[in-house]
Amino acid sequence: MWTSIIIAVGVLLGLAAVFGALLGFAAERFKVEGNPLVDQIDALLPQTQCGQCGFPGCRPYAEAINNGAAINKCPPGGEATINALADLLDVEPQPLDSEHGAAQAKRVAVIREDECIGCTKCIQACPVDAILGSAKHMHTVIESECTGCDLCVEPCPVDCIDMIVIEPDIHSWTWAPPVVKGAVPGEAPGSRLIATDSEAKTHEESLL
Amino acid sequence: MTQLWNFGGGVHPPENKRQSNSRPIRAAGLPPELILPLQQHIGEPARCIVEPGQKVLKGDVIAQVGNGMGVPVHAPTSGRIERISLEHVPHPSGMSDTCVVLIPDGEERWGELVPHPEYRKLERDQVLALIRQAGIVGLGGAGFPTNIKLRPSVDRKVDTLILNGAECEPYITADDMTMREKADQVMTGLRIMAWLLRPERVVIGIEENKPEAIAAMRQAAEGSKTEIAIIPAKYPSGGEKQLIQILTGQEVPSGGIPADIGVMCQNIGTAVAVADAILQGKPLISRVITATGEALAEPGNFEVLIGTPASHLLACAGVDKQRLSRLVLGGPMMGYTLPSPGIPLIKTSNCVIAASASELPTPAPEQPCIRCGHCAEACPMELLPQQLFWHAKATEFEKAEHLNLFDCIECGACSYVCPSSIPLVQYYRFAKGEIRLQRAEQQKSDRARVRFEARQQRLDREQQEKDQRRKDRALAAVEAQEQKTADARTMVQNGTVADERAGKSALVEQALARKKAKAAAASAERAEPSTQSSEEAPLEALASTHAERIPAAEPVPSIEELEQQLSQAQAKLEKMQSMLEDARSGKAPNVDKLERAVDKNIERVRRAQRAIDDAQTTPQQA
Repeated sequence: MWTSIIIAVGVLLGLAAVFGALLGFAAERFKVEGNPLVDQIDALLPQTQCGQCGFPGCRPYAEAINNGAAINKCPPGGEATINALADLLDVEPQPLDSEHGAAQAKRVAVIREDECIGCTKCIQACPVDAILGSAKHMHTVIESECTGCDLCVEPCPVDCIDMIVIEPDIHSWTWAPPVVKGAVPGEAPGSRLIATDSEAKTHEESLL
Repeated sequence: MTQLWNFGGGVHPPENKRQSNSRPIRAAGLPPELILPLQQHIGEPARCIVEPGQKVLKGDVIAQVGNGMGVPVHAPTSGRIERISLEHVPHPSGMSDTCVVLIPDGEERWGELVPHPEYRKLERDQVLALIRQAGIVGLGGAGFPTNIKLRPSVDRKVDTLILNGAECEPYITADDMTMREKADQVMTGLRIMAWLLRPERVVIGIEENKPEAIAAMRQAAEGSKTEIAIIPAKYPSGGEKQLIQILTGQEVPSGGIPADIGVMCQNIGTAVAVADAILQGKPLISRVITATGEALAEPGNFEVLIGTPASHLLACAGVDKQRLSRLVLGGPMMGYTLPSPGIPLIKTSNCVIAASASELPTPAPEQPCIRCGHCAEACPMELLPQQLFWHAKATEFEKAEHLNLFDCIECGACSYVCPSSIPLVQYYRFAKGEIRLQRAEQQKSDRARVRFEARQQRLDREQQEKDQRRKDRALAAVEAQEQKTADARTMVQNGTVADERAGKSALVEQALARKKAKAAAASAERAEPSTQSSEEAPLEALASTHAERIPAAEPVPSIEELEQQLSQAQAKLEKMQSMLEDARSGKAPNVDKLERAVDKNIERVRRAQRAIDDAQTTPQQA
């Protein structure tokens, strides 16, 4: 009787020891460096590095979100980013916090080059090194790399930087969602053409 | 008889082909001006190489390939370049793009043409270069550069070459008429392509509703190994993936291209263009376009110069402007409405429908989805159109993507059968566009992140380097000071003073030594020489004697000078202390060194202070 109890306890203890050791080993061996959640949050943020959220860049905000900050402080990301973050963190999406600014159309900084005095202040302010130039020489913005963060506008002593809204051109154009009924009857060119032939069926049949 | 397979789904819309295939191909002639967009193909826009006012000959290159993928643009006739400007181009957005506008001089003078009838003696790459230089792109609608398509990567051997003569979309008869009238050219072009690709099988797929074309192609292919496959009429059998499935029974993998399964599809018009380019040296400057619709008195097919405004073509076909309610570029299933008739026809335009109001009426308003499932039955790609629709409408693009949204060929079969008149394809196009946009943004933000992090690293590195330099400088200064003091000591001991500064510190030392000696002497005088001080006293006395040996010519430092030295030493001490604090907070490895340096500096300040006191109390020795 006692022996069987002792055997059972011994076996269980042995198993506990083995699995404990295994888990301990796995915890050491497969340890994840850093916090993967912060990386995931950071990947969803728009990387404008504008600081409108009140944190000095997107990564710090990602860390703050990981520590419980609100997810609705990113105006450049807008609703899409909030929804993506809500999805990732499994929380309710919230409307954008207007305290941090309103969502704006995509913009790009443009330097009025004949007014630039070459002070390099904007170069130092640009978080993504998208401004090119050197002291006492004209500066210019590398448009493809500009995130439209606004940070270069304020330091400019001669106010020669404009934030220009990017107008969609033929290369960036995409289809708009179909006009839902009740909307204006005047359609955008090209919309609703596909298979309008089906309505003409009776007509064609009458032709035959 | 070629074995045929079937694809799932498909619809049978009214064909409406009789209107345009009863007349032979006519020439549309010279319009008053030709508008040539620099981008008529997939890839990068061509780079304009002409200037306004320049005279060009027919077939001259007016825009050369820029960076990346592309083909040149040629002058369709001889004339003068009027301007290079933003003009409306055929695009569903109705937007403008850069175009070269050419005013024909009516002479139709050709530039120099270099035919290559003996193309088989050339290298394959040379022939591909000729095809590219002729500006040939897929004329079926997508406009993919043909020379790139004809050069599949080494691991993808093309064993079946298909010539797509299905032309399944209603109204369009351009390929039908081309096969009827230019069967030999089609065969020549096909032979050139077959020579380039060396496939095991060459098939021409033609829908059964084109008996004349079938007969013409049969006759042209007489004696060759080329198969003529007659396929059942069903929309969209002319879709590349559908035609491949019909003729080979194989499906193109999702996200893949036909070359992945060893198949390549080429368009009838493309074959003609290749034949002209190689055998006659003619670049792609015209194509066959169907002009049809109830608003035209004489619908039919026209040989149209690239860049001809649609209005010119309509005039050739006898347009009744009163009846014209809608101008459509492409077929009724996949085409789009042209906002104005002045828009030029380009390499990828195959049909213009001038529809009357009764022919293409305004579609019925969209009704709610009743989940009838007709769309799923009609879908030739065997997708779930109704699920895609829900997700696209709810902007849940990720879910739509999971349901293979990007496999949708936008054929419009689902919209055609929808009893609720839901513009399904519009939703898919919208969803695709949004997803592409999101991807582009994601790419951009990833790039911004990389740049931001690189910048942070650079700034950190610069800061560290700056700190390091400052520390190095401070250490060097301390060492130099120590060295100087030591030098001065030795010099004092040797009785030689090399320079003024060393002399000054030597004087301080001297004064110190004097004071010590005096104090010792005083204590010795006051009390009897004790045993404790006996050991120090002789040494100090010795030092004082040494000191007294300093040449008297050297002026003794004044109190001001000493004070100056004191303030200098204090300033240095403060600097060292702040550096030490920096080093401590930054956990730099040289903390202990700095600590030692600070202690030394404290000692130095003390000494300087004492020297001043000394100088003040003791009378100056002159």
